[in-house]
Amino acid sequence: MADLHFGEDQPTEAERAAIDAIVSQAEAATVVETERVVRGGRSRRRGLRHQLLPVLHSLQHEIGWISPGGLNGAAERLGVPPAEAYGVATFYELLRTTDPGHRDDVVHVCVDPACAMAGNDDLQASLEADGARVHASPCLGQCERAPALFIQGVGRPDQVPADDDEKFRLPQAGDPGLRVLRRVGVVDPTSLDSYRDHGGYEALAAAIEMGPDAVITAISDSGLSGRGGAAFPTGIKWRAVADEPGPDKHVVANCDESEPGTFKDRIVCEHDPFAVIESMTIAGLATGAPHGWIYIRGEYPRATARLEDAIAQARAAGLLGDDVAGSGQRFDIEVRRGAGAYICGEETALFNSIEGFRGEPRNKPPFPTTHGLFSQPTAINNPETLINVLDIVIDGPDAYRSVGTERSPGTRLFCLSGRVGVPGLYEVPFGTTLGELLDVAGEPTGDLSAVLLGGAAGVFVGPDALDMPLTLEDTREAGATLGSGVVMVFDDTVDMEAIVVRIAEFFRDESCGQCVPCRVGTQRQHEVLVELQSSRQPLAPQRAELIDDMALAMVDASICGLGHTAASAVRSALALGLIGNSQ
Amino acid sequence: MSSVITETAVTIQVDGQEVAVPEGATILDACDAAGVETPTICYGPTLTPVNVCRVCVVELDGSRALVPSCSRPAEEGMVVHTDSERVRHSRKMVLEFLATGVDVSQADELGQWAEHYGADPDRYVPGGETMDEPVRVQDNLYIRDYDKCVLCYRCVEACGDDAQHTYAISVAGRGFGARISTEFDVTLPDSACVYCGNCVAVCPTNALQFKTEFDLRQADDWRPEDQTVTQTVCSYCGVGCNLELHVQDNQIVKCTSPDDHDVTKGNLCIKGRFGWNYV
Repeated sequence: MADLHFGEDQPTEAERAAIDAIVSQAEAATVVETERVVRGGRSRRRGLRHQLLPVLHSLQHEIGWISPGGLNGAAERLGVPPAEAYGVATFYELLRTTDPGHRDDVVHVCVDPACAMAGNDDLQASLEADGARVHASPCLGQCERAPALFIQGVGRPDQVPADDDEKFRLPQAGDPGLRVLRRVGVVDPTSLDSYRDHGGYEALAAAIEMGPDAVITAISDSGLSGRGGAAFPTGIKWRAVADEPGPDKHVVANCDESEPGTFKDRIVCEHDPFAVIESMTIAGLATGAPHGWIYIRGEYPRATARLEDAIAQARAAGLLGDDVAGSGQRFDIEVRRGAGAYICGEETALFNSIEGFRGEPRNKPPFPTTHGLFSQPTAINNPETLINVLDIVIDGPDAYRSVGTERSPGTRLFCLSGRVGVPGLYEVPFGTTLGELLDVAGEPTGDLSAVLLGGAAGVFVGPDALDMPLTLEDTREAGATLGSGVVMVFDDTVDMEAIVVRIAEFFRDESCGQCVPCRVGTQRQHEVLVELQSSRQPLAPQRAELIDDMALAMVDASICGLGHTAASAVRSALALGLIGNSQ
Repeated sequence: MSSVITETAVTIQVDGQEVAVPEGATILDACDAAGVETPTICYGPTLTPVNVCRVCVVELDGSRALVPSCSRPAEEGMVVHTDSERVRHSRKMVLEFLATGVDVSQADELGQWAEHYGADPDRYVPGGETMDEPVRVQDNLYIRDYDKCVLCYRCVEACGDDAQHTYAISVAGRGFGARISTEFDVTLPDSACVYCGNCVAVCPTNALQFKTEFDLRQADDWRPEDQTVTQTVCSYCGVGCNLELHVQDNQIVKCTSPDDHDVTKGNLCIKGRFGWNYV
């Protein structure tokens, strides 16, 4: 590392304490620096740099922004160049690098579609009238209880008022037909004993008995695929990591769901945190990875607290640590909070974020199974995917395949929001039709005009898609996607142009800015839609052509999935005639 | 590039033509070896590829999306197309996109490729967002005109891991608002900058310019066609860096070093780069 130059601004005592609170407990990572082959292949596990985001969080929380003195103090303590630390700090929605001029809490009000339909602007106006410091925020992951609020505390804990509101129930709690959500709303999420009373840690015992190879074979035979959006076969991923030599391997639970309309990880982590920990532990033992990481949205304070509590209890019970449940193998978990960046749900951006770099995706290949976190082999899975592992290990792949379809075995979680009777998280077998799912969730509340499947990165489908079975194969054939399980319902009273303009704005705001097709394409796409909205004319043919041209370049030439999908919902809305006709 | 196939060579097909390159070479190297010219912006021969501009993308059989040729290692049996409809479209769009928000008037190579691919930056919504940054003139050595910045990361890499290890600048912000910046945009004299000028040397769009060039351009007196380039060896120390002195009207107006020079790889220090006023 070069001699670093730090400016003259010094941290205050409070800022120094906020930095020390994080760094003093941290162990320096093994310093491994290998030559970088391509941007995606560099190994940069440098000393304490992986503590940069936690330290920035701590500073933000202490005084409400990252001051030049605070940044300098953090950079010096961690051995990070101040310009790079600034680059990281300015990347995240929840971190400020300008003095807000006050030390009040900041009230984030969601402006994304489910909350827009539920009157977020009225809420924002009334909060502002009461003197609150309101910040318009992208999706906060509470779409079932829209309009959503998240209070970012200064000097006191973050809060989500709806967490304590009894009227937001779990609609399927206690339903005996459930698999993934079996314990949600039933088990005491703060008690390891309660988790054990509901069958908890039987799967870990079974997995240790079976051995890594048999566990991975069972996962492969079950046909389990990733529930985060890409639907990659989990068994193949785990096998690839298991086959990599050496002990420096990682298991990461990707709880950074930020796809507008998605809230399943929050509910699963809040109500069944031990299941996330147990299934990660099985993944660690199966792949031979001793290091576990949970990367969770910064907007999820309760889920974060419950996971941290569950980890502490599991550790105290010998279920994490140097000798996991008498297996002789080591596995432990660190929790890292995101700081408001949709892109950090992209797996390689997530790795960069943990490593203390800007959350910019890496080019693939190389893939995470060989070059993941710290450029070491990494199995990264969504919590929903992980929890499926528990039943597969205990009951075997055949039992697992007894529901769902041949190519989409098992069940799937769906996040219902918008104009539907009982918004919430639902688990149904793969193959349930869209119409059946809407019936389970209390039917559309108005005249159905469209459903957004898979989130902002997904597609709109019309009422004629109600018979479509919700499977990977059927949605793919229809040119749709299940994505992260978003099912957002719109009726004919919703201003769809405003919704689609907001989706375009979301991608513009959330693009990391690294590659040209996405950085500029999302900006220009938004401008075309704003022009359309204000013109009140049908979409001109040359504008339609421009949208298609931009979409093709984003799909073909962007680095990551954000650019690949940034035009998807927009184009489906045009194709369905939801927007673009004369008003 | 040698056409002799050694044990460590890989053979790939570029536009129907078989070409052998050493193991570890990129698709871009293979295109060069095949005599296929490829547009690049963020790629620099002395820098590790960051594959962010995406103008060098090619179609690779078996890959759903196009792949960046600058960073993708060539693998045995790859079949690559550099002039397909999809490749031409994405390259055109990248060049169009850049020209809609950035002043590319001094990026000559980029302009030639834009013409080649038929880029039409005028077909976008009028009044769209642009870089919209003031020229930063903070010293007498070089200026930063971020209206001309295409965010290729070359200056960041040259200042950091790839050459200087000074880390005075980074990308800050996100999305279309991303900018090259020091911490809190402090001036260069207050930053970690050591004025090696290696960022200026790698900038493809003239967003980073010698102050001498900037002043002459302001006076409408920058005349590259009237300039001569004199090769010499830097006299300050014993390292032996090659200098290329660009001279206009008998005055040195800027100083570069050849990318392929064994010692410098295009890099210099403050003395070699800027210390020629005594001449």
